[in-house]
Amino acid sequence: MLKPLKASTWSRVIALLAIVASLVLAALGCGGDESVSGGPETAAAGNEKVTLTVGLFGTFGYKEAGLYDEYMTLHPNITIKETSIEFEQDYYQALQTHLAGGAGLSDIQGIEVARIAEVTQTQADKFVDLRDLGADDLESTFFPWKWGAATSPDGAVVGLGTDTGPLAICYRTDLFKKAGLPTDRDELASMWQTWPDFIEVGKQYAAKAPDDSAFMDSASGYYNAIIGQSETQYYDADGNPIYDTNPAVKDAWDLAVSTIQAGLTAKLKQFDQPWNQAFANGRFATIACPAWMIGYIKGQAGDSGSGKWDVAPIPGGGGNWGGSYLAIPAASEHQQEAYDLIQWLTAPEQQVKMWTQAQHFPSSSTAADDDAVAAATDEYFSNAPVGELFKESADNLTVAILGPKDGVIKDTISNGLLRVDQQGEDPDTAWQKTMDEIASAIG
Amino acid sequence: MAKTSTDTELAAAVALRAEPAAPQPWRMRLTRLDQRFSPYAYVSPFFLLFIAFGLFPLVYTAWVSLHSVTLQNTDEMKWVGLDNYTRLLHDDRFWNALTNTFTIGVISTVPQLLMALGLAYALDCKVRGSTFWRVSLLMPYATSVAAATIVFAMLFGRDFGLINSFLGLFGFDNVDWESGRWSSQIAISTIVTWRWTGYNALIYLAAMQAVPKDLYEAAEVDGATRWHQFRHVTVPGIWPTIVFTIIISTIGATQLFGEPLLFGGAGGHSGGADHQYQTLGLLLYEQGWFNFQLGRAAATAWTMFLIIIVAVGINALLAARGRSAFTLGRKGKAA
Repeated sequence: MLKPLKASTWSRVIALLAIVASLVLAALGCGGDESVSGGPETAAAGNEKVTLTVGLFGTFGYKEAGLYDEYMTLHPNITIKETSIEFEQDYYQALQTHLAGGAGLSDIQGIEVARIAEVTQTQADKFVDLRDLGADDLESTFFPWKWGAATSPDGAVVGLGTDTGPLAICYRTDLFKKAGLPTDRDELASMWQTWPDFIEVGKQYAAKAPDDSAFMDSASGYYNAIIGQSETQYYDADGNPIYDTNPAVKDAWDLAVSTIQAGLTAKLKQFDQPWNQAFANGRFATIACPAWMIGYIKGQAGDSGSGKWDVAPIPGGGGNWGGSYLAIPAASEHQQEAYDLIQWLTAPEQQVKMWTQAQHFPSSSTAADDDAVAAATDEYFSNAPVGELFKESADNLTVAILGPKDGVIKDTISNGLLRVDQQGEDPDTAWQKTMDEIASAIG
Repeated sequence: MAKTSTDTELAAAVALRAEPAAPQPWRMRLTRLDQRFSPYAYVSPFFLLFIAFGLFPLVYTAWVSLHSVTLQNTDEMKWVGLDNYTRLLHDDRFWNALTNTFTIGVISTVPQLLMALGLAYALDCKVRGSTFWRVSLLMPYATSVAAATIVFAMLFGRDFGLINSFLGLFGFDNVDWESGRWSSQIAISTIVTWRWTGYNALIYLAAMQAVPKDLYEAAEVDGATRWHQFRHVTVPGIWPTIVFTIIISTIGATQLFGEPLLFGGAGGHSGGADHQYQTLGLLLYEQGWFNFQLGRAAATAWTMFLIIIVAVGINALLAARGRSAFTLGRKGKAA
């Protein structure tokens, strides 16, 4: 029988335990990255149950289009779990933190087109080179520019393209009618062949429109569309930053500023809560509309907006805004399974489905040439021939030169325009401040 | 194994009688060791954890702040000396953030502590349902920053916010709370004040209840009004507590982060389009986690640390003066 210990002995035992425990804790504190070492050899071949985690931002639409369910039915041993962060900036910073810490990563991570150059140039080693898993065979099915942007300087393929963002203008026919403007998309297209024309139409709208509605949602949205039509944006072909000297950037800025000066904007910040609410409340009549915006509008404006919207060609020709990639972090323990999934999700057949069911325009040229893509119409958008419209925009698309800090530069410029728009800052001051901020942020 | 004091005395007596050179019995040596080192063992868990999660990060941050390093490539550190600091001191954004931190700190802390003092005084008097009032005071503190801020951000919304519709009843135009410098800072201070007033009031209340009642009675006999009692009995009585809350609030205000971040909505880390409500905490966050420049973020963190020390020092100094002012006041009256 054990002798009961005295109280003071107990406290000593407890103290000893506490010391041991704290030492163990301290040792554990630095040992977090052990799980990272799991390489492709851990990929199971058989029917072992595997849970694949997918980390995304905004709305990729795979879940909504039922593709995960379809894949899980085809592969009963796979379970797919998606987490999504609404705002891309927040998502990307979380991804970077996870990459730096080597923990918290999903098996599959989405990467936005404005970030892809930074990833391929500085972090290609933190992602699986998809060539090792057989991606070479896929190259011919994608748009060459989409494929090329995800290739690192050493030739590693970091991600597979999901969608692209060919441009159009989405507009509210009911508000246009109230302002005495035509509502026919072809008629409008001929009225706004250039951006200055578009601003003129905006002035006509403003003259007769209901008091609480503006012609455009934001200046920055239009800025992003206009710069998306330019081949050179923030970097030249040699990778030098030219955001402060490139006339295309300043021209797009000036156009955006002139819409503010003409009083055409609803003074909203894109992807902010008030902007989301404004879709349903009819605060604005037009929005620069990359293909993925179609689904976003439906989500925000809701059922009551059905039939009130329409789509028309954008002034100034084809361009791209947005579109994403799916990549596999090197830390993933299920690289083969993850690859099988992204390869399936981005295959032409699924990309066609993503367009017809979830309004994400293909990044696969094979899919884009599919008859079903061009034939798509959209009931919500007054039966607009969205397939034809976006296909044409994609065919005439100017391929842009991407750079590592495109995302930060784009966000800072949007912020500068917001100052002019919301706070009435002098445009020249705002431009100068924006340029200084970019220099400080990327330098 | 345990030794009582009589054991020790006995052992000491034995040791005295024994030859000086004779080896001490091992039990006794153990006892000596025990007495000398046990206290350290008892406090060590805290200090080990503090070294691992407090001191080490602090020192390592200082080390990082002397380098140019990005989040993408944390293993490539380039020595730059004090460049990050000189750069920071020449950066308008830093001075902007410092000013914002200060102004938001003042508009949130001063009314907050004054209101807390008043509320505590009111609750210190006999009121019906005192438990109910005390619990309701603590409710805002129990809500999460995120939930509270998101609700407040909606209330302060420009187009569809409740506050603007209310102001609209009196014919005011919609205020764009988020985009104005003062309006956004007032909105953020409102959130801070709302969350922390009750907490401070409860701390004051606890301190007030420890002030001896006979002091009040004596003051009453001397003909002091309630205001005089408050001014000359209550406030000096709880002065150390007031100093404590001032210091804690100062630290809190300097580190203000969650409220402005979430109030800003999408891209809140930039603290508004003109950084009109970007605090030092947000600036650090933006540098490190959106521009990925960890070296600069570390320099900002250390600068913040120094600012907090200075601010707390100034507060403590003022507080000491304030105390003597009150004491003098009391003496003056008595004389």
